[in-house]
Parts: sequence; C-alpha cells; structure tokens
Amino acid sequence: MDHIISIRDFSRERLDHILDTAQRIGDNQYDARALSGKILGLLFFEPSTRTRMSFETAMARLGGACISIDCVEASSIVKGETLADTIRVISGYADAIVLRHPKEGAARLASEFATVPVINAGDGAGQHPSQTMLDLFTIRQSMPLEQVDVGLLGDLRYGRTAHSLAYALSLYDVNLHTIAPKGLELPPNVVQELRSRKMKVREHSSIEEVIRDLDVLYVTRIQRERFPDTASYYGVASSYRITPELLEGVRERLIILHPLPRVDEIDPRVDALPYARYFEQARNAVPVRMALLLEVMK
Amino acid sequence: MSENSHQKGLIIRPITNGTVIDHITAGEALNVLKILGITGTTTESISVATNVTSPRIGRKDIVKIENRELRQDEVDRIALIAPQATINIIRECAVHNKKGVTIPPLLKGVIRCPNPGCISNTKEPIISSFEVTRKGLQCTYCDWLITKDIANHII
Repeated sequence: MDHIISIRDFSRERLDHILDTAQRIGDNQYDARALSGKILGLLFFEPSTRTRMSFETAMARLGGACISIDCVEASSIVKGETLADTIRVISGYADAIVLRHPKEGAARLASEFATVPVINAGDGAGQHPSQTMLDLFTIRQSMPLEQVDVGLLGDLRYGRTAHSLAYALSLYDVNLHTIAPKGLELPPNVVQELRSRKMKVREHSSIEEVIRDLDVLYVTRIQRERFPDTASYYGVASSYRITPELLEGVRERLIILHPLPRVDEIDPRVDALPYARYFEQARNAVPVRMALLLEVMK
Repeated sequence: MSENSHQKGLIIRPITNGTVIDHITAGEALNVLKILGITGTTTESISVATNVTSPRIGRKDIVKIENRELRQDEVDRIALIAPQATINIIRECAVHNKKGVTIPPLLKGVIRCPNPGCISNTKEPIISSFEVTRKGLQCTYCDWLITKDIANHII
C-alpha cells in the first residue's frame, strides 16, 4: 500500500513519474471517471482552505466523492478519541485518507493504523509533500531541472516548505542559493545534509547580491511572531520585499514562486510581470493532487 | 593480604550470581544504574567502580549487580551510552556468558522524543521509535535528530 508521508521517502524516479502523470492531466489527458465509486476521507484537524479545496476538486475531477469531518469540535475527537482510533474507523469508510494534523509525525502514525493509503497534507511543523510536488511541477513547467539556480528567500529556519523543497531539489541538478534574515537561516544540519548529497549551496545575506543569478526565486513568508517587536519585523520584511525595481536586469527565464498566502513579501505590481508564477503554482495543486490520488488509489 | 588486593576486594568483590558490566565509558556508571532503574530504594546489591585504569580503554567504570541478569532491551540501552561495554553473566561464581553490546538499528521504547510537538509525546497508542543513523538518533515520527546528551533522553 502506498502512503504519501514525507518527500524524503521519494526517489527521483518516483517523483518524476508522479510529475509526468500530473503533466498529462494538465494537458487534459486523463479519464474523468478513473476514480468513480471511490471515496476520499478528508481529515483536517487544522484550518485549511486551498489544500482541502484542491483535494476536493482533484477527487471530483476524477469522478470520485469526498467525506470529511466538517468541524472537529463536533466530532468524537473532543470526546477524547485518539487519532489512531479515528484513522481505524475512517479506514472502514474511505478508500484513501488525506490528513492534516497539528502534531509532527501524525501522518506516519496514521499510516501504521490505516488499512487504506494515507496522504499527508501537513503535520504541524513537519512535512507537506504534495506542496513540494506542486512546487517542483511548476518549476519543471518552465524549465528542465538541469543546471538551474534556485534561490530560497524568507524564513528558512522554521519554514517547512523551504526544507522539503530544498531536499527534493537535491535529487536534481540544481544550485541552491539561500537568502534569509539573521537568525532565520537554513539550519546548519540541513545545509550539511544537502551538501553531503552533492548539492551546491551558497548562503547570501541580501537578495540584491544574487537576484540576477537566479532562474527560480522561491519566496516564503517571514512571520511577524519571530521578531521581538513590530518595528524590527518591518525593518527586516521591507529589505526582503520583491519589487519591480529589484527585478530589473534579472535572467529572462526567471520565475517567482510563493506557496501563498502572501502578505507583504511580493509587491502586487510584480503580479503583472512575466516572472510571477505563484497563481499558476496554486492552480497546479489540482493536477498534481489528481496524480497523487491516482497513484495511491488505482 | 597486600594493600593492593585489599583495595581490589573492597572495590570489585566477585559476585556469585548476577551481571558484571565492564568497560563502561568512564563517568557513565551512574547513568547505567539510572537506565536499569536502580535507585537508592531498590533491593539489589550493587558494586560500582568509577575511573578504574583499563589497558583497553584507558579509564573505565564497572557495575556489578547481584542476583539479576540483564534483559536484551536493558543491554540495548546501555549500548547507547557505553558502546564498548561488555556484559558478563555470572552463575555459581563463574562467567556463564560474556558478550559485547551492539546498538540495534531501531530503538523501540528506549528514547523519549525531545520534540514537544511530536505525536509520540501524546496519549496515542504508540511507543517511541528512533532510527540509529551515522548522524545520530532520528525519530521515526517527526524526524527530530538527537546528536548529544543521549543519556538524558533514555526512558
């Protein structure tokens, strides 16, 4: 049984296979009744709009149906039921389970108790593999993953999307550039691991010094709660803001990605430039998650 | 009786039945006792020698426990803090069995995950699980990596 728990469980071949399937789906080459009669259980113990809605859309496009817990407060969870028991029960209703949970490792636990495939849709500060897959997919739409310079910008210390993406990119021929405020740099053990996987990693302190050398700029949110006061937050956030002026003279094929929601990181004027691909990235959630559902349920 | 053998008798008196844990990393004897759940209120007769000269490892600690043979899971825990230790099972004053310790590739129920956000620190019906890697001990659930102070995380 295939579970989708962590991007670390994936080889390059398996990732490529899923991305190839997503590409065919994006080109409308798929059977709209492929999952007819199948039921997907959506268990979201934390708020989510786009992840949840894109999984629902993906299932509907393949002819399947969804069941879900609409409100955790009204469910047996508040009666003290363990996640293990919930998973065993829902395994009897659904053909696959999508889980988002506040505790790290929740999806791994679920995979031990489930009798149907489990897809991790985010476990606390842990993993969110389908996000990483749609990030890779969006890059691959624009350029082959060969000799690509990718810049990761923002909170690289706590941001799980940045860690997972960096790990996935280390499977390809990619040079990684990290740009983070002081104190929010990529953890040394992560950098060390990437380098041990033969990835070139260069750390930069400002976006200006590297922006003209990038093919992909992946922007993540710098969270206000990481700073002692509002003034120091705005000081840092403004120096990491992407504006049309900053983008003068960049490589022609540069694409800018962001997992969304964005706050102040990207000037809305950038949306009209050819580099902006974050809304396309959000749309890609549907074909990539359709490919994942086919992968685990076919 | 020479002064030397008098000291020897005091520090490492032979036992009739039980376990001798030899070649413990110097300074770790008290952690070994902690792992074995031996406190001031337990009934076993215990001999502990610390910082004894050892031709093999320089300085070492020794623990002798009378009338108790260690279980494999206890030996696994000791291996984590004293990888060079040897375990001698003594029966009728003779060494019945002598073996080194090895750290198993997967530690089940041995280490508590230090990550407060980890699912293994909740009331879920699972036991902690750590994979032994070259980099350290890695939680099977949340990927948390322990590289130092391992003794402090032993359950």
